[in-house]
Amino acid sequence: MIDATAIPTLPRGVRLHFDKVRDTWVLLAPERTVTLDMIGHAILSEVDGVRSFDDITAGLAEKYQAPRDQIAKDSAAFLRTLADRRFLDLMTEVA
Amino acid sequence: MTTPPPIAMLAELTHRCPLSCPYCSNPAQMASVDAELQTDEWARVFNEAAELGVLQLHLSGGEPASRRDLVELVRAARDAGLYTNLITSGIGLTEKRLHALDAAGLDHIQLSLQGTTPEMADEIGGYKGGFDRKMMVAGWIKEIGFPLTLNAVLHRKNLHQLPRALEIAQEMGARRIEVATVQFHGWALQNRDALMPTREQAIEATRIVTEARTALKGTLVIDYVPADYHSDYPKRCMGGWGQVGLNVAPDGEVLPCHAAQSIPHLTFDNVRDKALKDIWYAGAAFDAYRGTDWMPEPCASCDRKLKDFGGCRCQAMALLGDPNATDPVCVKSPHHIDLQARADAHARSDAPLVYRPQPPKVAEPAQ
Ligand code: SF4
Ligand code: SF4
Repeated sequence: MIDATAIPTLPRGVRLHFDKVRDTWVLLAPERTVTLDMIGHAILSEVDGVRSFDDITAGLAEKYQAPRDQIAKDSAAFLRTLADRRFLDLMTEVA
Repeated sequence: MTTPPPIAMLAELTHRCPLSCPYCSNPAQMASVDAELQTDEWARVFNEAAELGVLQLHLSGGEPASRRDLVELVRAARDAGLYTNLITSGIGLTEKRLHALDAAGLDHIQLSLQGTTPEMADEIGGYKGGFDRKMMVAGWIKEIGFPLTLNAVLHRKNLHQLPRALEIAQEMGARRIEVATVQFHGWALQNRDALMPTREQAIEATRIVTEARTALKGTLVIDYVPADYHSDYPKRCMGGWGQVGLNVAPDGEVLPCHAAQSIPHLTFDNVRDKALKDIWYAGAAFDAYRGTDWMPEPCASCDRKLKDFGGCRCQAMALLGDPNATDPVCVKSPHHIDLQARADAHARSDAPLVYRPQPPKVAEPAQ
């Protein structure tokens, strides 16, 4: 899982890009390209380096009228995979 | 099979390089300086590449920083919409130039590491003071905040330095390290005796990488290229011939892989004469080994054929003199046992390093 207060951020060198030739969203990262499905794109579109994981999943649940814990579970798995590959930072607020 | 658009392009901006690494994969017959594509020609190629579907651009060489127009080229690449990666030894980059590259939009830097001590690095690179300079460059890269991958090429002489290379990567703030056991293409073929790792070293490297991957999960991503003469299955070379990526040589020749010029029967198109799109989809060199139709046995009836596409064509050429053969690294190749014996023999040699020369300034007249 991901801590509810953690703030997901795309680090420098990782960005969303619309691939016109293949008609799909991709995540461009150092020497890697990740093809995004609709869900992946929806999650990453909410990642702005300001809002917490909790805020993001709450927003998604409302936007897509879906159960909150299901959204949190799916988003956590997806974001964790990206973090393990160093395509995403998870910042924890330092008090 | 329909041909997919390419994702990646390697632009070899020049074969010039201040270093002279014995394992360099540049061809023994290097492109002359006067034949190099000009700034506006590269810019056009970057645009054609983006339209064709290329997303990732790797600026390489030789040493790309030897091009005086490097900053302009990066700007042109970003304007074309490409994710732009600079593959460099660091030599030729100043603090000022790095700031200019930053302003031009450079996305990522891949820095090569010849050794973890000045003695080792300068001996392998054949360039005195190179290691200290590289460390300075790494400091500036970190300060500016460029995402960094460290690329450590390992061979018999420096494989014991792998643990330290993993530490250096973290000290530099790299997110990723490529632990690449030396591959023998181009110039490197002359150094198999001097550089071939022993089987024990190859096994040890795999063990270190496996442990480090667990210990450094989420901190440092490790990409690993094992010693393939000591492996049982070949690499999926280039992600499959004409499937994922293409190379443009300094003089504009378009190659399915950087070593493709070692295959004598292939002919290559040039971006000066033809659109990149036509070259990718219909060029003779790309057609030659794309897909699986060209395959002989044992590949033709093998269930791994879409996994590795029969291995590396240039390796089959270099080792067997036959680019159409199954990569002899494969256990199913009749030459596999012989190759392993040859690898062990190379690893026992005490031959000296043969350094890579510089490309000629002007093209040599055809013979
Ligand atoms: S391998 Fe060494 S000599 Fe070859 S281009 Fe790279 S730095 Fe230069
Ligand atoms: S026989 Fe050919 S396709 Fe099968 S594993 Fe070996 S190289 Fe790959």
